[in-house]
Amino acid sequence: MIGGLFIYNHKGEVLISRVYRDDIGRNAVDAFRVNVIHARQQVRSPVTNIARTSFFHVKRSNIWLAAVTKQNVNAAMVFEFLYKMCDVMTAYFGKISEENIKNNFVLIYELLDEILDFGYPQNSETGALKTFITQQGIKGQWPLSVLPLYLNLRFLCSLQTKEEQSQITSQVTGQIGWRREGIKYRRNELFLDVLESVNLLMSPQGQVLSAHVSGRVVMKSYLSGMPECKFGMNDKIVIDKQGKGGGTDDAGKSGKQSIAIDDCTFHQCVRLSKFDSERSISFIPPDGEYELMRYRTTKDIILPFRVIPLVREVGRTKLEVKVVIKSNFKPSLLAQKIEVRIPTPLNTSGVQVICMKGKAKYKASENAIVWKIKRMAGMKESQISAEIELLPTNDKKKWARPPISMNFEVPFAPSGLKVRYLKVFESKLNYSDHDVIKWVRYIGRSGIYETRC
Amino acid sequence: MTDSKYFTTTKKGEIFELKAELNSDKKEKKKEAVKKVIASMTVGKDVSALFPDVVNCMQTDNLELKKLVYLYLMNYAKSQPDMAIMAVNTFVKDCEDPNPLIRALAVRTMGCIRVDKITEYLCEPLRKCLKDEDPYVRKTAAVCVAKLHDINAQLVEDQGFLDTLKDLISDSNPMVVANAVAALSEIAESHPNSNLLDLNPQTINKLLTALNECTEWGQIFILDCLANYTPRDDRESQSICERVTPRLSHANSAVVLSAVKVLMKFMEMLPKDLDYYGTLLKKLAPPLVTLLSAEPELQYVALRNINLIVQRRPEILKHEMKVFFVKYNDPIYVKLEKLDIMIRLASQANIAQVLAELKEYATEVDVDFVRKAVRAIGRCAIKVEQSAERCVSTLLDLIQTKVNYVVQEAIVVIKDIFRKYPNKYESVIATLCENLDSLDEPEARAAMIWIVGEYAERIDNADELLESFLEGFHDESTQVQLQLLTGIVKLFLKKPTETQELVQQVLSLATQDSDNPDLRDRGYIYWRLLSTDPVAAKEVVLAEKPLISEETDLIEPTLLEELICHIGTLASVYHKPPSAFVEGSRGVQHKRLPGSAGSGESVESPEPASAAVPEATPSVIPSQGDLLGDLLNLDLTPPTSTAAPPPASGLQLGAMDLLGGGLDSLMGDDSEALGGDLGGNPMGAGFGAPASAMPPSFSAPASGGLDDLFDLGGGVGMPTGTYCPPKAMWLPAMKGKGLEISGTFARRSGVIQMEMTLTNKAMSVMTDFAIQFNRNSFGLAPAGPLQVLTPLSPNQSIEVSLPLNTLGPIMKMEPLNNLQVAVKNNIDVFYFSCQYPMSVLFSEDGKMESKVFLVTWKDIPNDNETQCQIKDCHLNSDAASNKLQGSNVFTIAKRTVEGQDMLYQSLKLTNGIWVLAELKVQAGSPVFTVSLKCRAPEVSQAVFQSYEAILKN
Repeated sequence: MIGGLFIYNHKGEVLISRVYRDDIGRNAVDAFRVNVIHARQQVRSPVTNIARTSFFHVKRSNIWLAAVTKQNVNAAMVFEFLYKMCDVMTAYFGKISEENIKNNFVLIYELLDEILDFGYPQNSETGALKTFITQQGIKGQWPLSVLPLYLNLRFLCSLQTKEEQSQITSQVTGQIGWRREGIKYRRNELFLDVLESVNLLMSPQGQVLSAHVSGRVVMKSYLSGMPECKFGMNDKIVIDKQGKGGGTDDAGKSGKQSIAIDDCTFHQCVRLSKFDSERSISFIPPDGEYELMRYRTTKDIILPFRVIPLVREVGRTKLEVKVVIKSNFKPSLLAQKIEVRIPTPLNTSGVQVICMKGKAKYKASENAIVWKIKRMAGMKESQISAEIELLPTNDKKKWARPPISMNFEVPFAPSGLKVRYLKVFESKLNYSDHDVIKWVRYIGRSGIYETRC
Repeated sequence: MTDSKYFTTTKKGEIFELKAELNSDKKEKKKEAVKKVIASMTVGKDVSALFPDVVNCMQTDNLELKKLVYLYLMNYAKSQPDMAIMAVNTFVKDCEDPNPLIRALAVRTMGCIRVDKITEYLCEPLRKCLKDEDPYVRKTAAVCVAKLHDINAQLVEDQGFLDTLKDLISDSNPMVVANAVAALSEIAESHPNSNLLDLNPQTINKLLTALNECTEWGQIFILDCLANYTPRDDRESQSICERVTPRLSHANSAVVLSAVKVLMKFMEMLPKDLDYYGTLLKKLAPPLVTLLSAEPELQYVALRNINLIVQRRPEILKHEMKVFFVKYNDPIYVKLEKLDIMIRLASQANIAQVLAELKEYATEVDVDFVRKAVRAIGRCAIKVEQSAERCVSTLLDLIQTKVNYVVQEAIVVIKDIFRKYPNKYESVIATLCENLDSLDEPEARAAMIWIVGEYAERIDNADELLESFLEGFHDESTQVQLQLLTGIVKLFLKKPTETQELVQQVLSLATQDSDNPDLRDRGYIYWRLLSTDPVAAKEVVLAEKPLISEETDLIEPTLLEELICHIGTLASVYHKPPSAFVEGSRGVQHKRLPGSAGSGESVESPEPASAAVPEATPSVIPSQGDLLGDLLNLDLTPPTSTAAPPPASGLQLGAMDLLGGGLDSLMGDDSEALGGDLGGNPMGAGFGAPASAMPPSFSAPASGGLDDLFDLGGGVGMPTGTYCPPKAMWLPAMKGKGLEISGTFARRSGVIQMEMTLTNKAMSVMTDFAIQFNRNSFGLAPAGPLQVLTPLSPNQSIEVSLPLNTLGPIMKMEPLNNLQVAVKNNIDVFYFSCQYPMSVLFSEDGKMESKVFLVTWKDIPNDNETQCQIKDCHLNSDAASNKLQGSNVFTIAKRTVEGQDMLYQSLKLTNGIWVLAELKVQAGSPVFTVSLKCRAPEVSQAVFQSYEAILKN
């Protein structure tokens, strides 16, 4: 299991050091600094073995988090834990930075004591942790609004009644570790965000080499009591099944409207065995914001933009680049924050750009022409052309021609996913599904959206 | 107010100030002081001097302060054991606190204080906490048992905590169950033989129930524990799989990978024709692909595991090639792993796409990545024959770029392509020769020299090219020197007239001026060959080389099986068994996959059962490796420990497991290098000896030795013997580094004995004898270890009798009664083969009832009858019958027809095969006629030999 956990700043100074196992000594702290942080070469692996000690590391801005062990631990678990650790810290004090870590070191030690016992990860749900961690996060300039409001239960020793205490412990260890009892809201409300990132790799000839959508359904729930929820979407398997059963309202349209989901994963609140047997998604949600599910699709993806590149080498010192982008969705919808990044060779001396729409600039420090368009409606086309002057070099190696990449945001789900319903049942309190105010929003963003040129 | 200020106090006299603050009456001030102390502790300052003052703050109602003090205690108690005792009372008191959080905190912290005296006080509170009414306390106490075990294992056993921990597996709270499982698994790992985790269907059921309810981490503990269980049959296996599959949809990648591990393992037991088997295979692909959209570090872990899964079950991901295409922004470690998997998945169906991608990659920036991409193109050519031509032309394009490392890498892989498709792509040689001067890496130089030597007759200026390398002969690496030597000898044999001088030069450079023994030896061999028999030299040096195999860097099957059992863990990331990187005895036990359910059907077995005959040079290299592997099945334990024979049921797997250990220790743990060099290594080529899976220095002597062995086996001929033939020389001292072994086989009171004389003809004492058999026709295996208790001094002999049983793994040998043996001592491992007389296998209950005999005789088709004559046998029928009876050949009836005695006899082999015989004895004639009838006619020949041996004795 995890033998120790260290947090370093970018200089390699240790900010937090917590050792869980006797086989990890103080010298492990230095070994990692010397061999990884201060290493001359770029790190070639997130797992490093130094003198029979294994180090797992992740980096957040310029902070290094390292878990150390001498055993054959579950490596996937260690990384999942490190990410979770980052999530918990972010939930408590915002961005992970040297300043915030120093400001909150007592809190971090307390957290580390609670979520890792003898190197075994324990409950790490922020919602549950807040009920018995005594320290409050000290935030820098980051807004408080990220967090749902929780009671800070600093009263553990003095104020709590016996019932309250055992309620906390049974929640932390119990089946519904992610939600506490007795939550009350005057207005029962929930927000569903379908966030998709569409990824594309296209050949210069316009052939799709690979494309997939990875999506997330993020839910913000402000519901009283212990509500039982059921989530439905236009999953092909479910709709086909219903279609066969006959008699559902949208059975007629199902052929077109349903999507094939390659794979999906769920927050731990979802009853997986039920999904496996009936493919229904039922759960008692955590309070506040969390990620209900992730999914991935590869079939029938709507690619919001098509990039058509044309690069011509004119002699050894000049390149001509022409790039056309076409938007491919309903004309009534608007894409936003469009950015096309056209890489230029390292020996570029000057660039002249002409574009019909938006603004384009050559950024020498990034070796790229960056073309920005604020808004663009569907079924439109726009073009940029550039002349790139090159310095003569005697470098034999040809320019690698990195792909043209693109960023954008569109108000629909490129996978075609639609939320069909989210039903809420709470039998003990008297509010019904109709009383809950529900909001749904679709956002499609570019993931890695590249066209080779 | 923020806490970062605590990091900045660096004044002198700080300790004194802190001391004063710690002893302050004000709570807030105390707390501040403790925080400062902890901050100093973090940055590595020694604040142990404040121990008593900090401990004084412990008795407080303030939980925040208490936690801080505990943190300090955990760090410094070990350095101040005497003072740490001061804290014990508070701990014990806290363990009785009405607040469960405080009880848990106390027991958790106490377990982290590694001071013996404190440990003693821990026992009582721990016992109470394990039975606490509150689940939070119980789950903390469960982990505490593991902590205590780490400090004092004996104490934990004596106090009976292990039993309490086992009871917690049935706890009503899922998190308690999960922690108990985690603690037990860890403790069990350090006691490999204890039956701690007594996994049976009932406990498995409990675990599966808890699996649905506990936290993500708990699910991982439980799944990892489940993976150690071996279901009793395929039905149980299927029902567990069914209950584990929903976990594949968990958001936590570690849960998914652990579930994959359980499924991969239990799938081995499912019959392949089962519908469910196919369903399961289909279900595995999507979650594995999903793992690739995780954060890069997890992607890396996932890819390393997918690499293993693809080798074991390529069918799972064969349609998912595209997801492994490299993205421009992937971290380099992800890129390299993806590339590896792409090659593994490459097939005729997708090769065009793959090649287009690889060509794209070869123009990237990162040198390692580009090299690997170039190498991958070569591997595609070798793997998919239809693509070879396009691969070669792609490589030529790349060579034209003149980028130094691309050119070198391309030349190395083109050499491999030549070895796979000889005489097909020589047209490119001219292009290669143009780049001769730019090669500065040994591997590329060696490859180029090999090509020139191999195709010397078609390269006009081959002699000039090779001569140019000769100038700096002594500055070259060994690899290049060896290759140059072989290359020039090849050249000489092809163009003897012009190159005499050159060959003289290289031979003298190699033999006289070099201090590398490999080089010198190879030089002398060539020299002698050339000087004594140039025709033979030609046959040896220019022998046709075996083709290299398609999959050149597969992980060795035993290791692969072990790694599959470790999916998700560090072992699967390093592709090394845990013993290679975990200290101490922990993790040394090798895990293996369960056998398949089909009745001993070895469809799954990665080792071809037919690779037994060594004389027939295998056409593909790995089988040679397997043969060596088989012989290396040596259990390297000292003779005192009983090496139990592998149980009859797990035949092949048992054997392979031993092989894993043997190979590891013999060849060092660098298994990647082992796989990587395989086939691509041209070193042994000159000898015509197939390059095997061994590094070159090892390979030549080993295969040579083997050949000798088998010659020997043939030379000894048939045992001339009787009931107990005289001892034959099995291992001459010359071949055994001074150890001489002669021996024979006998059957004494129903037990087969292998009787050996071990003689030490070396100068030093021999110890640590051990013996192991290769798989053989009748499953002969040592029933106990080789008992050589005293060291064998020089010139001393010892008689050893080794009882054998027939429970070992079975493989048909040629001849049937051939037995390959490996004997190990402190000096080395030696291999020899010998033949045992069939008569030792005649069992005592071989007398058939006469009626049964008649029926059986008729029942066996006449085709199965074989006849043979035994000459010069001066016995009458009764004497013969008696003699045969002594060897368990029973006479059932006797008939006399026209002065000819007909004896009807039966015998039974240890594996239950009945042999019926009719022996005709003509009075006065020394010629006996034996007719044998048996359902397995292949044994007849060997039985004849035994007849002859017994009768003539």
